[in-house]
Amino acid sequence: MLAPALILTLIFKYGPMYGAIIAFKDFSPIKGIMGSEWVGFYNFEKFLSSPNFTVIFMNTLKLSLFGLILGFPVPILLALMLNQVRRAGVKKNIQLLLYAPNFISVVVVVGMLFIFLSPTGPINQLFNLFTDEPIMFMSRPEYFRWIYILSDIWTGAGWASIIYVAALANVDPELHNAANLDGANLLQRIRHIDLPTIRPIMAIVFILAAGGIMSIGFEKAYLLQTTTNLPAAEIIPTYVYKIGLQSGDYAYSSAVGLFNSVINVIMLLTVNFIVKKLNEGEGLY
Amino acid sequence: MFIKHSRLDRFILALNSTFLILAVLMVILPLIYVVIASLMDPSVLLSQGLSFKISDWSLQGYQKILSNPAMIRGFGNAVFYASAFAILTVLVSICAGYALSDDRLRGKGIFMTLFIITMFFGGGLVPTYLLVKNLGLLNTVWAVIIPGAVNVWNIILSRTFFKGVPNELREAANVDGASEARIFLRIVLPLSKPIIFVLALYAFVGQWNSYFDAMIYLDNPNLHPLQLVLRSILIQNQVDPSMISDQLAMAEMKKLSEIIKYAAIVVSSLPLLIMYPFFQKYFEKGVMVGSLK
Repeated sequence: MLAPALILTLIFKYGPMYGAIIAFKDFSPIKGIMGSEWVGFYNFEKFLSSPNFTVIFMNTLKLSLFGLILGFPVPILLALMLNQVRRAGVKKNIQLLLYAPNFISVVVVVGMLFIFLSPTGPINQLFNLFTDEPIMFMSRPEYFRWIYILSDIWTGAGWASIIYVAALANVDPELHNAANLDGANLLQRIRHIDLPTIRPIMAIVFILAAGGIMSIGFEKAYLLQTTTNLPAAEIIPTYVYKIGLQSGDYAYSSAVGLFNSVINVIMLLTVNFIVKKLNEGEGLY
Repeated sequence: MFIKHSRLDRFILALNSTFLILAVLMVILPLIYVVIASLMDPSVLLSQGLSFKISDWSLQGYQKILSNPAMIRGFGNAVFYASAFAILTVLVSICAGYALSDDRLRGKGIFMTLFIITMFFGGGLVPTYLLVKNLGLLNTVWAVIIPGAVNVWNIILSRTFFKGVPNELREAANVDGASEARIFLRIVLPLSKPIIFVLALYAFVGQWNSYFDAMIYLDNPNLHPLQLVLRSILIQNQVDPSMISDQLAMAEMKKLSEIIKYAAIVVSSLPLLIMYPFFQKYFEKGVMVGSLK
């Protein structure tokens, strides 16, 4: 019964891992993977020494780092806020609305961004009350990261709060009563009862998010790119796609992709190690 | 509740409600905007923005989008890809999860490690693409359905589920002389409806909303799923000329293409948004089980 999953994994997961050795070759489609010449780390050196490297690397890092810093606390705050809603029905309905954007596809979200943020779109119409110049949100590199990160929060924060909401529901109300009798106010109770309850989950979510810090999604970044916002919008995954599948430089592109994966694994292990130290031995592994 | 709220507490609670209301508004206002805009008369929308007078409304956007062959084909393709993908994913995950939940399976640890490695490390885009190409799957529906069908997360999810099924049940059936296949089909599967449902929903929604695999593997526009059609309408601004009659002037075309975009967003997102409240508890269940590892 394990066979289907095993075969598919070997072919479609381990196959590409084997195929990734083309990163170390001067790949020619005619000679195939085995027949092509070994070139060692040539393709990696080519990437690391190219003028694009710093820009693309930093774009990737900044996008996910800022995304993590801005995005990580929002679901926690939402959950703590929802937890204060005493009427179960009201709480359910708020959750229902907050989760909804999670079911809207990236294409549609980006499409909406293009419409809303266009020079004649509703956001600019609003700003027109204060200034005459329309703001070119989509074409200016300086806005790209904000648009990416804030729209990510819009789409996913509600959904991401589920897990914290569930953990908070397990807090024994007696704890709150006792603390209340001892004179603790609401904020103190949140800080000393609610937060410690969800701390292990926060740690796991954080490790997973930080571990994927370089694996920020291709899908949205690629759709949000315009010819003029590229200085901020070009990230490693989109670069890999362009040089690999659009320009056909397979070996070089694989090297860039592999470089990215390795950084990811290192990040994951490092963050897990640090969190373990801080979190009394509670890490992912 | 015995909790007595001090004045500070009441102030914080009021603040809390305010922020929650703001959060909800931020989430739904853009959606409401799109829905209303999609119902507007194109020229009114362009000249004065949203209007709440019914006389300023029209269904032109919907007429255009629903009579667009690419859109219809995309919709059909998306239904097919999402359903086929969901069925395959569920089959593969359930079988693997069941096998891995059984303590008699030898080499369980090795298999688990083999699966888990793929969660953290992959060969990358180009090697995957070359593999799909070499297997001759390019420009076939299989390229979209098969490579992503095995997902470690789903396997872990179903393994966790099956671990919760009491072992005595299987043993009892075994004593009664039922074969392994019979035990799985007659006893375990009927108990697995929740996990099957959760996995299928996740897979369906994920595939319905994705465009990337289709974009790289499918050149033939006849095979394109809805999201790729939407991409050309919403992002690449390629409103199919056949949607707008050639007689119309450029200005008229621009107006119509705006309204077509809004209608396209509604038509493509509405099915999921309408379904989701009914399935909400299953989605939540999926998140919960997943978090247990």
